Amino acid sequence: MSVLLEVTNLQTEFTARAGLVRAVDGVNLRVSRGECLGVVGESGSGKSVTFSSVMGLVRAPGRVTQGSIFFDGRNLRDLSPEEMRAIRGRDIAMTMQDALTALNPALTVGEQLAEVLVAHDETLPAGRLARRAAIRERSVEMLGLVGIPSPDTRLRQYPHEFSGGMRQRIMIAIALACRPKLLIADEPTTALDVTIQAQVLELITDIRARLGMAVVLITHDLGVVAEHCDRVMVMYAGQVVEEGPTGQVIGQPRHPYTRGLLASIPRPALRGQPLTPIRGQVPDLVGLPPQCRFHSRCPLARPECLVEVPMLDAGPGRRARCLRLEEMA
Amino acid sequence: MSLGKLLERLIQLVPVLLGVSLIVFVMLALTPGDPVQIMVGEQAITPEQEAELRHNLGLDRPMVERFFLFVANAVRFDFGQSFYHGRPVAEVIAERLPATIELSLVALIVALATAIPLGVLAAIRKNSIFDRMATVGSLLGVSLPGFWFGILLIMLFAVHLQILPVSGRIGYASEVPAITGFLLIDTLLAGDIGAFGEALRYLVLPAITLGLPMTAILMRVTRTSMLEVMRQDYITFAEAKGLPRRRVLYRHALKNALIPTVSVAAIETGSLLGGNMIVETVFGWPGLGRLVVESIFLRNFPLVQAAVLLYAVTYVLLNFIADILYTVLNPRVKL
Repeated sequence: MSVLLEVTNLQTEFTARAGLVRAVDGVNLRVSRGECLGVVGESGSGKSVTFSSVMGLVRAPGRVTQGSIFFDGRNLRDLSPEEMRAIRGRDIAMTMQDALTALNPALTVGEQLAEVLVAHDETLPAGRLARRAAIRERSVEMLGLVGIPSPDTRLRQYPHEFSGGMRQRIMIAIALACRPKLLIADEPTTALDVTIQAQVLELITDIRARLGMAVVLITHDLGVVAEHCDRVMVMYAGQVVEEGPTGQVIGQPRHPYTRGLLASIPRPALRGQPLTPIRGQVPDLVGLPPQCRFHSRCPLARPECLVEVPMLDAGPGRRARCLRLEEMA
Repeated sequence: MSLGKLLERLIQLVPVLLGVSLIVFVMLALTPGDPVQIMVGEQAITPEQEAELRHNLGLDRPMVERFFLFVANAVRFDFGQSFYHGRPVAEVIAERLPATIELSLVALIVALATAIPLGVLAAIRKNSIFDRMATVGSLLGVSLPGFWFGILLIMLFAVHLQILPVSGRIGYASEVPAITGFLLIDTLLAGDIGAFGEALRYLVLPAITLGLPMTAILMRVTRTSMLEVMRQDYITFAEAKGLPRRRVLYRHALKNALIPTVSVAAIETGSLLGGNMIVETVFGWPGLGRLVVESIFLRNFPLVQAAVLLYAVTYVLLNFIADILYTVLNPRVKL
């Protein structure tokens, strides 16, 4: 499979009162066409900022300071705002965590769907009426694709007239309206009920197969990753700490943080026993010394871990940022 | 918007108007100064003549009776005779009303047309020099007293530069048939573009003076709510969709940001009524505001009472309009 997105040494910084915060610090990642990459990490690990950087949507006081973002052969960092705008929504689409706040409350669902088509679709007919009819047809088709019943009447309604799961579907419909090559789904299920979560994920997986697009699934739920992603990338404190094929990473993690994440998942077999949390807290990202960032919380930490640890090979297609990864094999 | 809701609003109006009438009545009664004395002035009249005058004006009756008489007549839209004009109050007010409405509407349009773009621009360029200047400007706009600012404008544009008229409504030279009473409309109906321009020239200074505090407040409100809206997820999502910046700003952000602006605009339009009294007096504008001020000095009770009732009705109506606009802008709210 050919590479669709290749990010090299990405750095995104925010100026905060306390100092410079490097929210994304030297991230490398690669997404192949049609592939589903899971990105896991706790809040503040930099997973959302990494992909806001890819989309060119980092807002002041944040900015991308280093690295390259090659998408479909072009470095997105070299593009003008106007060129970047043309790619957003057409080639790379994004859905956000909470559809209630991501959909504009003052505009109808139909308008919010139609405007993406108007902005990007050059195949629309030129005549006013024909154009309107084509947009309408496409909108109805998209709502149908994500499983919204009676899309014709639903287009005229406002976001508040839909349930949470429906809104998520609508957001997905909007994101997919232009058949993007890459969909970045930022916590698509966090704001939903468990039963609806499964439906929405099925929907994304199903459409991914049908449209042949690549998906980046940002989540903190390893269960979701296990079920839907080809590869997984674990982030901690602005860095990638482990990556590899999903089955292998989850079956046999090579970084203590990944292991900790897996151990903290409740399991039916261990019912009644206390969960195993990862002790301590994510370090403050201001003025971090060049050493293993997980060190202070790591059960395997040793004095020699107090050095800058690079990503190390951990088998075919696998890498981890840990000096003791061999011991965990 | 259902008929039932409209009816509900109209019924709500009744206690408001009763309360307002009572308050104004009591206040006028407690104000020192006797209308008869003011009417008579320096002329020598016999006590019998004075008593007759008092009787004719209805001022010899007890206060409670006078109040109920006023209310009983008011519900039939009879507000009595103006002491000073010797004509029905309703007629005198109707004569002056168009001038005031015209001035207020122009002031409102000027205020909205400057406040909203300036507020949006200040929000987009937050902390820029433009934003800071707009902030200082709006502070000045709110705090400058209208009577002083108006005189300042007259001195600059009418006296020094002599590009705009000092006061009044239109030059004596242009005579257009009064059809609606709104000079901007009447001059156009008469096909007299010259007179239209002239009428507009007379409007400029009073409209700016009247609209300035409102412009300042609306600009602040628009800026603040625009900044608030720009932080919302749906703006990020709109950007992620690759929409043109214009569309993100004006369709996605402004439509939401205008919700508070509209509410404040409606309330502030009510305050234009008060501003009218000052501005009309400064600019010699022959409208209701000036009439009311004169009537207060003359203790012309029936006219003041009727005018205040009219103000109250206008205020309630404006709030009603604000509610309707609110539902148009915010589909989550139903009346």
